[in-house]
Amino acid sequence: MSTTTRELDAASPARAQHAGQPTGAFSPRQLLAGLPGAVRKLDPRTMWRNPVMFVVEIGAALTTIIAISELVSGPAESAGEPLPASFSWAIAAWLWITVIFANLAESVAEGRGKAQAQSLRQTRTSTMASVVDGYDPAADPSAERTAVRSVASSELTLGDIVTVSAGELIPGDGDIVWGIASVDESAITGESAPVVRESGGDRSAVTGGTRVLSDRIVMAITSKPGETFVDRMIRLVEGAARQKTPNELALNILLASLSIIFLVVVLTLNPMAGYAGDTVSIPVLVALLVCLIPTTIGALLSAIGIAGMDRLVQRNVLAMSGRAVEAAGDVTTLLLDKTGTITYGNRRATEFVTVGTVPQHELVAAARLASLSDPTPEGKSIVDLAEDQGHREGIDGTAVVVPFTAQTRMSGIDGAAGVQIRKGAASAVLAWVAAAGGISPAAAAQTESVANGIAKDGGTPLVVARRERDGSARVLGVVHLKDIVKEGLAERFADLRAMGIRTVMITGDNPYTAAAIAREAGVDDYLAEATPEDKLELIRTEQQGGNLVAMTGDGTNDAPALAQADVGVAMNTGTSAAKEAGNMVDLDSDPTKLIDIVRIGKQLLITRGSLTTFSIANDVAKYFAIIPAMFAGVFPGLAALNIMGLHSPASAILSAIVFNAVIIVFLIPLALRGVAYRAANASSILSRNLLVYGLGGILVPFAGIKLIDLVVTLIPGF
Amino acid sequence: MEWLLFAAQLGTLALLLALVYRPLGDYMATVYTSPRDSRAEKVLYRVVGVDPANQQSWSSYLRAVLAFSAIGVLTVYALQRLQLLLPFALDLPAPSEHLSFNTAISFVTNTNWQSYSPEVTLGYTVQMVGLAVQNFVSAAVGIAVAIALVRGLASRSAGSIGNFWVDLFRGVIRILLPLSIITAVVLVAGGVVQNFAGFTDVTTLTGGTQSIPGGPVASQEAIKELGTNGGGFYNVNAAHPFEGPGAWVTIFQVFLMLVIPFALPRTFGRIVGDNRQGYAVLAAMASIYLLSVTAMTAAELAGGGAATQAAGAAMEGKETRFGIVLSTLFGTTSTITSTGAVNAMHDSFTPLGGGMAMVNMMLGEVAPGGVGAGLYGILVIAIVAVFIAGLMVGRTPEFLGKKIGTREIKLASLYILTTPTLVLAGTALSFGIPTVRGDIEGTSIWNPGVHGFSEVLYAFTSAANNNGSAFAGLTANTPWLNTALGVTMLLGRFLPIVFVLALAGSFAAQGTVPATAGTLPTHKPQFVGLLLGTVVIVSALSYFPTLALGPLAEGLL
Amino acid sequence: MTITRGTSRQYLVALRAMIVLTVITGLAYPLLITGVGQVALPAQANGSLVTVDRRVAGSSLIGQSFTDADGTALPEWFQSRPSAAGDGYDAGASSGSNLGPTNEALLDTVDERRAEIAAREDVAPADVPADAVTASGSGLDPHISPEYALLQVPRVAAERGLDNAEVRGLVESMIHGRDLGYLGEPTVTVLSLNIALAELDADSAN
Repeated sequence: MSTTTRELDAASPARAQHAGQPTGAFSPRQLLAGLPGAVRKLDPRTMWRNPVMFVVEIGAALTTIIAISELVSGPAESAGEPLPASFSWAIAAWLWITVIFANLAESVAEGRGKAQAQSLRQTRTSTMASVVDGYDPAADPSAERTAVRSVASSELTLGDIVTVSAGELIPGDGDIVWGIASVDESAITGESAPVVRESGGDRSAVTGGTRVLSDRIVMAITSKPGETFVDRMIRLVEGAARQKTPNELALNILLASLSIIFLVVVLTLNPMAGYAGDTVSIPVLVALLVCLIPTTIGALLSAIGIAGMDRLVQRNVLAMSGRAVEAAGDVTTLLLDKTGTITYGNRRATEFVTVGTVPQHELVAAARLASLSDPTPEGKSIVDLAEDQGHREGIDGTAVVVPFTAQTRMSGIDGAAGVQIRKGAASAVLAWVAAAGGISPAAAAQTESVANGIAKDGGTPLVVARRERDGSARVLGVVHLKDIVKEGLAERFADLRAMGIRTVMITGDNPYTAAAIAREAGVDDYLAEATPEDKLELIRTEQQGGNLVAMTGDGTNDAPALAQADVGVAMNTGTSAAKEAGNMVDLDSDPTKLIDIVRIGKQLLITRGSLTTFSIANDVAKYFAIIPAMFAGVFPGLAALNIMGLHSPASAILSAIVFNAVIIVFLIPLALRGVAYRAANASSILSRNLLVYGLGGILVPFAGIKLIDLVVTLIPGF
Repeated sequence: MEWLLFAAQLGTLALLLALVYRPLGDYMATVYTSPRDSRAEKVLYRVVGVDPANQQSWSSYLRAVLAFSAIGVLTVYALQRLQLLLPFALDLPAPSEHLSFNTAISFVTNTNWQSYSPEVTLGYTVQMVGLAVQNFVSAAVGIAVAIALVRGLASRSAGSIGNFWVDLFRGVIRILLPLSIITAVVLVAGGVVQNFAGFTDVTTLTGGTQSIPGGPVASQEAIKELGTNGGGFYNVNAAHPFEGPGAWVTIFQVFLMLVIPFALPRTFGRIVGDNRQGYAVLAAMASIYLLSVTAMTAAELAGGGAATQAAGAAMEGKETRFGIVLSTLFGTTSTITSTGAVNAMHDSFTPLGGGMAMVNMMLGEVAPGGVGAGLYGILVIAIVAVFIAGLMVGRTPEFLGKKIGTREIKLASLYILTTPTLVLAGTALSFGIPTVRGDIEGTSIWNPGVHGFSEVLYAFTSAANNNGSAFAGLTANTPWLNTALGVTMLLGRFLPIVFVLALAGSFAAQGTVPATAGTLPTHKPQFVGLLLGTVVIVSALSYFPTLALGPLAEGLL
Repeated sequence: MTITRGTSRQYLVALRAMIVLTVITGLAYPLLITGVGQVALPAQANGSLVTVDRRVAGSSLIGQSFTDADGTALPEWFQSRPSAAGDGYDAGASSGSNLGPTNEALLDTVDERRAEIAAREDVAPADVPADAVTASGSGLDPHISPEYALLQVPRVAAERGLDNAEVRGLVESMIHGRDLGYLGEPTVTVLSLNIALAELDADSAN
């Protein structure tokens, strides 16, 4: 592996948090680093996209102008109340700070993606690709006899056929049409072990920027320049491709409406105050407006969205749209493939069951001998289990291995001494025994009953039989092969159930086996003997019932289902068709990650909702700070509403504004980390969040404003 | 002692309402879901020219509502302007253009704001054929719109929101008319007059003369309360002994104002197929009502204000037979149901008591609100509450299986924006335009200072929320107030209806998401609390500064 | 703006619907109630009129003033509450004062009334009940509180030369308690009381 690759490794997005825990690590240094970006974002052309903060910026500009004009005209008074000379300046300054804090939140969130994008960019460096013109898959599949020309990888277009040899970078995304190669995909996935890619089947997709380590392949380019997987990944982590998601849009509308209401409240105040007593000065009105409009959530909203995507990237999942991330939070049905997701890929021997009077050790020894040359994982697991039980018999050097064939449905060995051992499906082995000289009906019945018992439990029975030199044969017993359910899944499924998500296991097994494994794993339902069509049909049925379905897939025949599912997570090891069809790609190709994805989706929405609640609840305290202060000169009786006992009208208003700005910075870490999410039903989550962010949102500013007021009081004049 | 009586009276009311909650709610659900038309209705539909089986889209439902209301405005306007040509005009001249405009809109929008003194302005024909008819149909329109929204929420897929004409006729014929007939007879028994006698001149005991009015009052009084209309036959509304003759009649009237709005949650629960949803809405409405009536009663019993303290009790503007408690019970009910009837003069209430009347309206008339309007109002607030709470549980928010997306939140936001904007803009314009302000200060305002400001604020709050009650010292029969309040009532009624029917259409077009453990349940006390909080927070945030300039400034002086 | 056929049809339907509903709710319904009222409950339907010597003297539900043409209280009668309807108890112009709770004018009026009543009844100003110094909402309140009625007993009795206890007994017999014992407030109907008072006076004169 070249040094370049290792550098890429070190910086690639997968690295640090490969295990999955988003660190949410947040240091004040990030704030400092984000500052230049935050100031740059003050450009009104950028600001107007965030209506709430845009209003604050206009207010800041307006107050600044007034502060300057007061240098000439002298400090104004508001509603019959003289204000300190520095009042307008202080308000103006803190309004600018509020806007900058809001921009800072976004900058910091984006900053976290920038480093990742930087490293990904290096993989995009242009290489030269060998393009095969006039590729003829029939006559010259390996393209060894066709002329190639060199083309810069950035010039490649959809459908180009290129060849890649060992040591070369793959010039773009595509499918292998000929050949087999080991490929180092660490630049994308962070996984340093090379993977095998070959034409045909479900492992034909290769990604631009990865390196062929051995052999030579012919591949068809499947992406347009600038739209490769890596390109998309870069845009994603940078947040450049970020579009507002449906819920974010809806929330924005609500926040804008609240802002409009408060704008109306503030604009209509002076005509009324004019009749009741005396008008309020513009800086005070601006202060009131800024305190009321939902600046806290307005400032943090886009940071929350960026951070949500970031959390997925940290888990090595690429979502093709923010919409998919939100949909993940809404998922009500989770389709999980049995093999690889719920069970380890392979069956294992767990038990030897003897038949009749056969001693246990004879069965174990025979099963072991019959499996010693069996390269399959099942065979190895039989040897392992036998050795665990102390069997170490050597194999007869002259023994002949009888491999498994579809005709015999058995395998085993023929010993030099004429002893034959076979293991295989019950019917096949029983037939073999019967052909060798008959079998007692009782023994046959017992064998079948044991085998059926194992099958019903979800296992696979392997019958072991032995034929002696004299030609007599008998059944020794049955090996119990079992699908092993991964540890800890039952708890995770219980969590999902508490969250209101139904899990459905998809398997090609027969219904008996499927039911048994489903029971053991704790899934809610299963689809047995499933074909890809069945899977698609199941998704459609679920969706017609109003459910949102998430699934994982890797094969080309999964593509329709992936496309149909609301959240389709394609495995990175899968085909391009699957990756195209899904709306997320898991670089680790770990199907169980679906569960994490759902949690991240939910956490994203919860963070938005909670901070919105907090932001709106804050207004109560701000009213109690500002309203009595605003009209203190005209209606001294309103001092009864000054329940915080703030020092003076000027200090009360300034304190509210300062609190309003400072709370944004305090909440940036929470926005980036996301609100804590535990699997529970909706009611208990809501109770908790209402308590923390609703009640907290009402109480915190009372304390905060009071504390700030104590400090502000130290400023002369306030 | 007063509190004990208060509790007993409230208990009586609660008992009566509890008794009819299920039967009336279920009956109304049947009325609006039954596929059958009676023979008489079939004849009427043929006369009118509608096909009762025709299911309307939300936009044609809306067009029908607007067309019918427009015809209503024209009819009432024409009847007033032609008053002299009508029988039983009591020799009263036609009201001015702007007053007729205001009154026409007022009754069509279920507001029943009265810029005029009825006994010296309108004859019996206009009262019966113009105003009382609108009392029926504007109430039926309100219920129809609410039912359309409920149908949208209940529809399984690509459902319809119904047929406006059928909803209108069924509302009048099967619900309001039978209830009104029974009610009117009971009212007559209690002393409410019902005749065509005009004024009867009598010589009083001391030899003076008194001219005792008559009129078809009971028939109008019944639908005035049942339909949460509130337009009085006489100037002082139910404070007039012929409209509100005694204590038990008052309890009955309060019951009438509350009976349909409080039973509609049951209807809602029935139609969406989950009665618990109805109980949750009912609980939120009832809690706010209880808090409100207690607050107003406390304020009046405490007797704030220098003049009140000088009198020894807040009896200015109140009738001896009602005392304080029945006045606040009636006043709260009337202002929180969008009825707007009064049996005591709110203008003379204590600062905080009068402030509570305003707060009740500012809550958006949802606890329980006007007939139909209260239900659709609280359902829209529920949509906003569900949206924020739904996010907090990590799901795209959904209400009764319907997703709250961009379109839904846009419509709900517009709904919530409408009323505060109208109230604040109307009040601000009245004081902001110099010539208007001169007119307001010189002619309209009755009480000086802060209380005068409250009179104008009250007027626009009442108009925008289609309540109709007033700080009646205000002289509203001026070109500016008649026009501005007329426009406010119009927009305050029909803009929300547009948004509600659009919401109904958008829900009806959606499929239904099945409820799971991850769905926010909307039938639990937790949600009731959330709904209550949203109602209070939304209105408190919109109106707090304004209230500080009016009732709070006066009350905390 | 063009009016499509569908739109104009919609308005025709609306107009016909309005006419049909007007006939039902604007004519048939009030006439039905009037019929029932006049037949079954004629006294109430016609305003609960009270006759003295077969001459209608008012309505038991509508208050009257017992003052001279200038509005000065006639001391031989029980007095009603202050009224803001017209010149006082003008049944054709029901109205409250609508004076606000912090209105100086109301404050002054209340103080004046209190002083005037205290002088008239010869009691301490603090003993004058609230209903005596405040105008009702309708201006036609037929009632006063039992306290105010009892407060007037010595003056009325003295003025008419009647026994104090006898008049007090009359007032007490005319106190109408709360409806069902707990609804509303206890009241005394001034007109009925004064009619009874006149009868008592006539009886004792004979």
